[in-house]
Amino acid sequence: MSLKSKLHNLKEKYKGTKMAPAFNALHTFLYLPNETTHNGTHIKAADDLKRTMNTVIMALVPCLIYGMFNAGYQHYLALGEIEAANGFLGGSFWTLDNLILGAWQVLPLVVVSYGVGLAVEFLFAVIKGHEVEEGYLVTGMLVPLIVPVDIPLWMLAVAVIFGVVIGKEVFGGTGMNILNPALTIRAFLFFAYPTWMSGDKVWVHGAVERAGTPDAISGETLLGAYAQNSSLPGIDYWDMFWGLIPGSVGETSKFLIIIGALFLIFTKVGSWRIMLSTLIGALVMGLIFNGVVDAGWIPDTSKFYGLMSVPFWQHLIIGSILFGAVYMATDPVTAAQTNKGKWIYGFLIGFISIMIRVFNPAYPEGVFLAILLMNVFAPTIDHYVVQGNVKKRMKRLKVKTA
Amino acid sequence: MGKDTKLILDPLADNNPITIQVLGICSALAITAELEASIVMSISVLFVLGVGNVVISLMRNIIPSKIRIIVQLIVVATLVIIVDLVLKAFAYELSKTLSVFVGLIITNCIIMGRFEAFALGNGPWRSFLDGIGNSLGYAVILIIVGFFRELLGSGTLLGIKILGDPVAKTGLYAFGYENNGFMLLSPMALIVVGIIIWVQRTRNKALIED
Repeated sequence: MSLKSKLHNLKEKYKGTKMAPAFNALHTFLYLPNETTHNGTHIKAADDLKRTMNTVIMALVPCLIYGMFNAGYQHYLALGEIEAANGFLGGSFWTLDNLILGAWQVLPLVVVSYGVGLAVEFLFAVIKGHEVEEGYLVTGMLVPLIVPVDIPLWMLAVAVIFGVVIGKEVFGGTGMNILNPALTIRAFLFFAYPTWMSGDKVWVHGAVERAGTPDAISGETLLGAYAQNSSLPGIDYWDMFWGLIPGSVGETSKFLIIIGALFLIFTKVGSWRIMLSTLIGALVMGLIFNGVVDAGWIPDTSKFYGLMSVPFWQHLIIGSILFGAVYMATDPVTAAQTNKGKWIYGFLIGFISIMIRVFNPAYPEGVFLAILLMNVFAPTIDHYVVQGNVKKRMKRLKVKTA
Repeated sequence: MGKDTKLILDPLADNNPITIQVLGICSALAITAELEASIVMSISVLFVLGVGNVVISLMRNIIPSKIRIIVQLIVVATLVIIVDLVLKAFAYELSKTLSVFVGLIITNCIIMGRFEAFALGNGPWRSFLDGIGNSLGYAVILIIVGFFRELLGSGTLLGIKILGDPVAKTGLYAFGYENNGFMLLSPMALIVVGIIIWVQRTRNKALIED
C-alpha cells in the first residue's frame, strides 16, 4: 500500500476526532488534496491556495541557496582566507567550503522557522478544530531570509511563536491577518533583541564571538557604514547588484530577486503594480534627498549627509528594498486590494522606507517598518478608493437621470 | 454570595475595569515596566478611589447635579495631591519613576466612572466597598502585567535579580538567554493586556460581546 493511500485511510479513520486536522495537513502538504479552499477571499483565483504558496516558495529558493553561499563567502572573506570574487560567477564564491559553512548556519534557521511555526499552526488547528492552513509555508521560508545569519535559534523560535500567534492567529488565521507575519517576527526580534538584529557585528558569521579579540572581524552592512558617513572598502555597484555584500541571509542578491520578481509577475502571483510603485516611491524620495544635497541645504558634517548624498538609484541596490518590494509588500492578504490602492500603497512603502533609512541612523534599514506601517493603512486606502469610485458612478447616474 | 461581597469580587474578574470595561488603560501601559511601580500605583488608586467614593457618597444629596463633575474633580484632585506629596516625602525615587502618572490619576476614567455610576447613587459603606473592589481589579491587572514585563524585560522582580546577572553571565544568562527589550516598551504592555483579555474571554465565553 502506498504512503498516499495509507494517509488517506488514516484521514478517514480519524475523521471527526481532534487529531483530524493534523493528518489532513500532512496529506494536503504531500499530495494534491481532494478539495479546494472554501473560505477566505484574499486571493481571487481558480487555483488552490497551496499552489500560490508554492510558487512564491519556488521564487524564494534561489535566494536561499545564494544566501548559504554568501554566508560562507562573507565569513571567509572577512577572515582574509579567500580572495574577493569578481562578479556573480567569481571563482571564490561558488565553492563547496562556502556552501558547507553557509548551510550549517542557514539550514537550522529554516528548520526552526518551519518547525516552530507549523507546530503553532497545528496546535491552533487542533484547538479550534479547523484545517491547518497553508499560510505559514511562505512565512516560514521568508523568516530565515530576513534575519542575520548569527541570530540565536531560541530567539528565532520565540519570535516565530509571537509572530504567528499575535500577528496571525488572534485575527483568525490565514487570510485574516492585518500585518505580514514574517515582518511581525522580524519587528519583534528587532525591538526585543536589538544587539542581535542591528549594529556592525551580526551580519557576518563569527563576527560576534570574535568581537574584542585580536581576531575581530567587521560584520557591518553597507547601509550601516553609509549611515556613519563612511563606506566599506572594495565594494562596487556590481557587487551590490550581484549580492556579494553582508546583509540578512537572503536579501543581498538583487539579481536573483529580480529573477524571482519576473517569475512572480509571469505566474501572476505577485502584483507588478505594487513592485513597480514601491520602486518609484523609493526613487522619488532618493531624488528629493539628492536635490536637498545638491542645493547645499545640508552641510556635509550633518549626520544625515552620508545617506542623503547616495545617488538615488543606489538606494535600490544597497539595502533590502527590492526584497521587501517583491516578497513582502506584495503579500496578497495584507496589501491593498484595489488596483489604484496598490499604486498608492506601494508608492508610500518606497517613499517611507527611504525616509526612515536616511533620517533614523538607529535603524539603518526602514523597509520592514515602512511595510508594516502601510499594512495597517491598506484597508483605509482601499476604503477611499472604493468610495471614490462609488461617488464617481453616482455622479454619472445623476447626469443620466437628470 | 452576599450583595456586599459581590461589590468586591465582581470587579476582580467578570467586571474588571481594565479588561472588561477597558478603562484606565493609559496608566496600565505606562508604568508597568517595573513591578514595584505597578504596586505603588495600585495602592495610590486604591486610596484615591476608596476615600473618594466615600466622600462623594456622603455629599451625594447636596451636590447640585449641574456642577457635579466639578465637585468630583475637586475631590479627586485633592486626594491625588495628597498621594503625590506623600510619595515625594517618603518614596522620592519611586515618585520620580511614576513621574506625571501620579498626577494623571485625576484623569483615570475608572475613578470618575465609579463616582458617576456608583457613589452618586449609593450609601457610603457600599460606595467604599465598590471603590475597593474596582481598584483591586485594576491592581490585579497592573500587577500581572508588571510581573511579566519586569521578569522578561529586565530579568528581575521588585529589583531582585531572579534570572541571574546579565553582565556577569550567571543563572539563565550563562546559557545565552537575553532580556527581551520589547517587554520594556509600551506596545508590549498593550499586547500583554490583550493576551489577558483573550485568556479571560476564552475561559468565560459569556464575556464575549459581538
